[in-house]
Amino acid sequence: MTNQEIIERIDRSIAEEFEIDPEGMTPEKTLFQDLGLDSLDIVDLVIVLETAFRFKIREDEGIRKIRTLGDIHAFVLQKKNELESIPR
Amino acid sequence: MHRVAITGIGIVSCLGNDIEHVGNALRRGESGVVSDPEREKVGFRSPLTGAIGDFDPRNFLSKKQCKTMPDFAVQAYAAATDAIRMSRLSTEEIRNDETGLVFGCDSSCLAAVEQVDLLRLRGETKLIGSGQVFRSMTSCITMNLNTLLQTRGACWTISSACASGGHAVGQAADLIAFGRQERVICGGAQEINLESMCSFDALGAFSIRPGDPKGASRPFDAHRDGLVPGGGAAALVLERLDKAKERGAGVLGEIRGYGFSSDGNHISIPSESGLQRAMRKAISLAGLQPGDIDYICAHATSTPAGDAAEARNISAVFGAGTPWVSSLKSMTGHELWMSGASQVVYSTIMAMKGFIAPNINFSEPDEDSAKLKIVVETIPHPPENVLCNSAGFGGTNACLVLSFGR
Repeated sequence: MTNQEIIERIDRSIAEEFEIDPEGMTPEKTLFQDLGLDSLDIVDLVIVLETAFRFKIREDEGIRKIRTLGDIHAFVLQKKNELESIPR
Repeated sequence: MHRVAITGIGIVSCLGNDIEHVGNALRRGESGVVSDPEREKVGFRSPLTGAIGDFDPRNFLSKKQCKTMPDFAVQAYAAATDAIRMSRLSTEEIRNDETGLVFGCDSSCLAAVEQVDLLRLRGETKLIGSGQVFRSMTSCITMNLNTLLQTRGACWTISSACASGGHAVGQAADLIAFGRQERVICGGAQEINLESMCSFDALGAFSIRPGDPKGASRPFDAHRDGLVPGGGAAALVLERLDKAKERGAGVLGEIRGYGFSSDGNHISIPSESGLQRAMRKAISLAGLQPGDIDYICAHATSTPAGDAAEARNISAVFGAGTPWVSSLKSMTGHELWMSGASQVVYSTIMAMKGFIAPNINFSEPDEDSAKLKIVVETIPHPPENVLCNSAGFGGTNACLVLSFGR
């Protein structure tokens, strides 16, 4: 999966879970103010990302520091890279 | 003490999802009971249940809103918004300290089961999701309605078994009568799913006439063999009568008296005096005499012991000449936590549409019901002073006197 495909998958999953218009989902949008999510939605955001990309997100990984959609893109891309660089 | 008006009603039940459909079913004496083969498959004694057709929560609320609400809470929202629409109260008129919410509910079993299933399946609590904690509380109706309607007064749920809805309407009326609230959106709701009913089925209290779902619930009939569980949601807008008149609202009727009592006796067998003490209090607080009541909307659920006890309690209050009596559970099944509130909604529908609904499936009286004037066919005139009875496990009783002046 290319980075662009990963980003599209993230946006699609978030749009479906939180019923957000995909048109307005640009990387600089903040989750709380611009996209209208709240702290409860972050609980479900973790489930959405873990289900879509089949990785586990630990609490100490800074998920709660995420502010924008772009932060999520970067977080998931980094996580994928880390997992793919682990020798099997 | 202030007088309390009913200015709006809403209902989602196995008889229909709006006033028109439910009114038509009540007038025609149609049953909403079905046979659910899944219940037999998983080990129920009885497959019978009330069933709600054509209700999709997503037609009413967003995915996020539904996350914190089990189906019955969304049904309560649908009924409440219908009631508010009928009352013609604006959004602004209910977003204040003088508007409260009181509902009756005594379980949210399916949500509690689902959250544990998710934990066992996924292996960590963080994968249960954000909504289950709110869905699984019995107060899920009022906590969600408060968020959605943005009322700012009373906000709580009453749990008192099958009298929950009756106590909720009664307490809502008291809050208005005592000057604590100007209006209260109240009612009751009941989940319909096998998870919430399995342990009740275990008591052997449900009817086992699987070949005859529509004839299974037969309150007061000599051949009754148990109740049929049902559910949905019933809602009312109650207002201070003077305030309702001031704003030119249509007054559908009045909650005249609320009497309560408890048996202090057996956990499941009703006593010989509990219900009659609540009936007498309700009638007395309404400023009426038993002879002023022209219709009793009975609690009778179609169980052998419960109906007999209610019949004897009614006879004790009303003597040989009882008012007309019918149990609408003959059509709806026993709506449990919701039933005390739905009886008020059904009675209001009958008053609006000019009839008294029958106690269907009443073919032969027993020794106790022979003393009651059972409504066997639809009566083509409206009730005027109605007594609604409800009673629950542990011996909690709620009686309401409604008046529909002509």
